[in-house]
Amino acid sequence: MSQEALSAASLAELARELAAKRISSLELTRGVLERLDALNPALNAFVTVDPERALAEARAADARIAAGAGGPLTGIPVAHKDVLMTAGLRTTCGSRMLADFVAPYSAFVVERLAQAGMVLVGKTNLDEFAMGSSSETSHFGPVKNPWDLACVPGGSSGGSAAAVAARIIPAATGTDTGGSIRQPAALTGVCGLKPTYGLCSRYGLVAFASSLDHPGPFARSAWDCALLLNAMAAHDARDSTSILREPEDYTRLLAEARGARPLSGVRIGLPREYFGEGVDVEVAAAIDAAVAELRRLGAATVELELPAVKHSVPVYYVIAPAEASSNLSRFDGVRYGHRAASYADLTDMYRKTRAEGFGAEVKRRILVGTYVLSHGYYDAYYLKAQQVRRLIAEEFARGFERCDVVLGPVAPTAAFKLGAKVDDPVQMYLNDIFTIAANLTGVPALSVPCGFTRAGLPIGLHLQAQHFAEARLLDVAHRYQQATDWHTRMPALPGCRAP
Amino acid sequence: MALSVDDVRRIAYLARIEITPGEAAEVQRKLERIFELINEMRAVDTSGIVPMSHAQEVSLPLREDRVTEADRHELFQSVAPAVHDGLYLVPKVIE
Repeated sequence: MSQEALSAASLAELARELAAKRISSLELTRGVLERLDALNPALNAFVTVDPERALAEARAADARIAAGAGGPLTGIPVAHKDVLMTAGLRTTCGSRMLADFVAPYSAFVVERLAQAGMVLVGKTNLDEFAMGSSSETSHFGPVKNPWDLACVPGGSSGGSAAAVAARIIPAATGTDTGGSIRQPAALTGVCGLKPTYGLCSRYGLVAFASSLDHPGPFARSAWDCALLLNAMAAHDARDSTSILREPEDYTRLLAEARGARPLSGVRIGLPREYFGEGVDVEVAAAIDAAVAELRRLGAATVELELPAVKHSVPVYYVIAPAEASSNLSRFDGVRYGHRAASYADLTDMYRKTRAEGFGAEVKRRILVGTYVLSHGYYDAYYLKAQQVRRLIAEEFARGFERCDVVLGPVAPTAAFKLGAKVDDPVQMYLNDIFTIAANLTGVPALSVPCGFTRAGLPIGLHLQAQHFAEARLLDVAHRYQQATDWHTRMPALPGCRAP
Repeated sequence: MALSVDDVRRIAYLARIEITPGEAAEVQRKLERIFELINEMRAVDTSGIVPMSHAQEVSLPLREDRVTEADRHELFQSVAPAVHDGLYLVPKVIE
C-alpha cells in the first residue's frame, strides 16, 4: 500500500497489512508523523507530539507482532484528547493552568489502548477543560476545520476530530460531556461515539462534570469505532461509576452476513423535536435522505414526541457548571499547575492563580456553578435541574419502548466560521441542543457522516440507542456506511497531496 | 431574576477567582444572558419528581477496608509549585 492509501485505510485493513508484514508499525508511524508535520501548522490539531516515544512504541509493537502476540489494534497509531492523562507526556487540558503539567499516571482508556498495542503519537487540542463547542478557547490557539480552514471543527474534542478527518491519524480518543465527541465528528465528517455512561472508565480523565463526562472513540467508520470500543470498554474499580458487566464484541452484529435489507426488523424513532424549526435546511435535507436510505435497508420508522428534550440545554447549563465549579476547585496553585507569582495571602494566591490560569469561558462556568449551588439558590436551580433531568430520562425510556434507535441531526448547522460565536456564550451553547440529552440520560450516541452542504461542509447523523445497546447502534451505522460513501470523502488540504 | 454586579463580585469571591472592577460589568452581562437561558427550565412542573443525580441508577460499590495504594507522595509532589520535606508550601495563614 502507498503512504497515501495507508492514511485512508481502515483499522481492520491496517491490522491486516501489519499482520502480513507488508508494512511495519514503524513505517506507519513515520508516515503519520510526516503528515502531522505537514498539516498541523494549518490545523493546530495537536498540542503535544512526542516522535521519539511514538517510534519506540512502534518498534515495540513490531516486536509484538513478530512474536505472534499482536491484536487487532497492535501497531496502529492513536492520539488522545489532551484532557486524558498520559504518564510522562504533558497533559494541558488546553489551559494555561496546566500548560506544563506532566501527569504521574495514565487514564484508564489510555492504558487500555496502550495494552492493545496502539502507538501514542500525541495529544490533541481542545476547548479549555473541554468546555466549548468550537475548540477556539484553548490556551494553545483555535483548531481549524480541515474542510474549510476559516471554519471551526466543533468542540470540545476538535483536535481529535480534525486529525482523523485530515487523515493524519486513523483513530483518536475524545470526551463527551454535552456533545464534545459527536458535534466535532459531525462538523468534520468522521464517526464519533459517546458510549453508555459507565462503560468506559473516567479514571484519569481530568473531570469537568463527573455525572456527564464520557470518554469515547473517533474513527472514520462505525466498524473502526467498534474495534476501539472493544479495547476501551472494561470495568475499572478506580471509577466508582464504572459498570461491572460481561465484555462483548462490538463488531459481532456488523460482521453478520445479511441480505439486501440488512436492517429489517430495526425500528427507528424520529422525534418531532429533531425535525422542526432551528435546523438548517441543508442539514434537514441530508437527514431526510439518510432516513430514506435506512428505510431502503429495511428499517421501519416510528414517529416520536420528546417534548421535554427542549429543556436539556438549560438543565445542562445548571448541572454541568455546578459539577465543574466543584471539580475545578482542585486547581488552587498548591498541588499542581500554575501558581501566581505574587500575592498578599493564601486567599489572594487562590484568587490570582485562578484568575490567571483559567480562560474566560471556564471562569464563566465556574461562576454559574458557584451561584446555582450557593445558599438560597440550590433548590431553585440545582435540584430543579436534576428533576427535569429525570423527566427527560423517563421520556427517552418511554421512547425506547417503541423503537431501537432514535435518529436526528447531530447539530442544527454545519461548521460555522471561526470567531462567529465566541462573544455570545448562549449561541455557542445552542450547538449542543440535540446532543446533550444523551449525556443527561447516559444512553449511547453516535455521529455518522451523512452528506455535505453546498459549501462543501460535512453533515452528521445522530443515532441514539438504549443503555448498553452500542452493538445495535454501530450495526445501523455500519449498514448505512456500506450503502453510502460519505465517510470515505476526504478534505483537499493545501500543501498536502490528497491520499 | 436580575444578577447585579455585586452578585458577580460575591460569587467570584466564593469561587476564589479574582475579577477586576473593569471585568465585572462584562462578566455580569454574559452571566445574565446565561441565566435567561437557564430560567426557562424553572417553569417546568416537577412536583413529586425525584431528582436524578446520575445517568445510571446503580448504588456505589463497596470494597474491603484495606490499603490498596502505595505511598507515592514524592512522585505526586514532583508536579507541585512548592514543596519542602514532603509538605506543600503555602503562604502563612497563622501568625
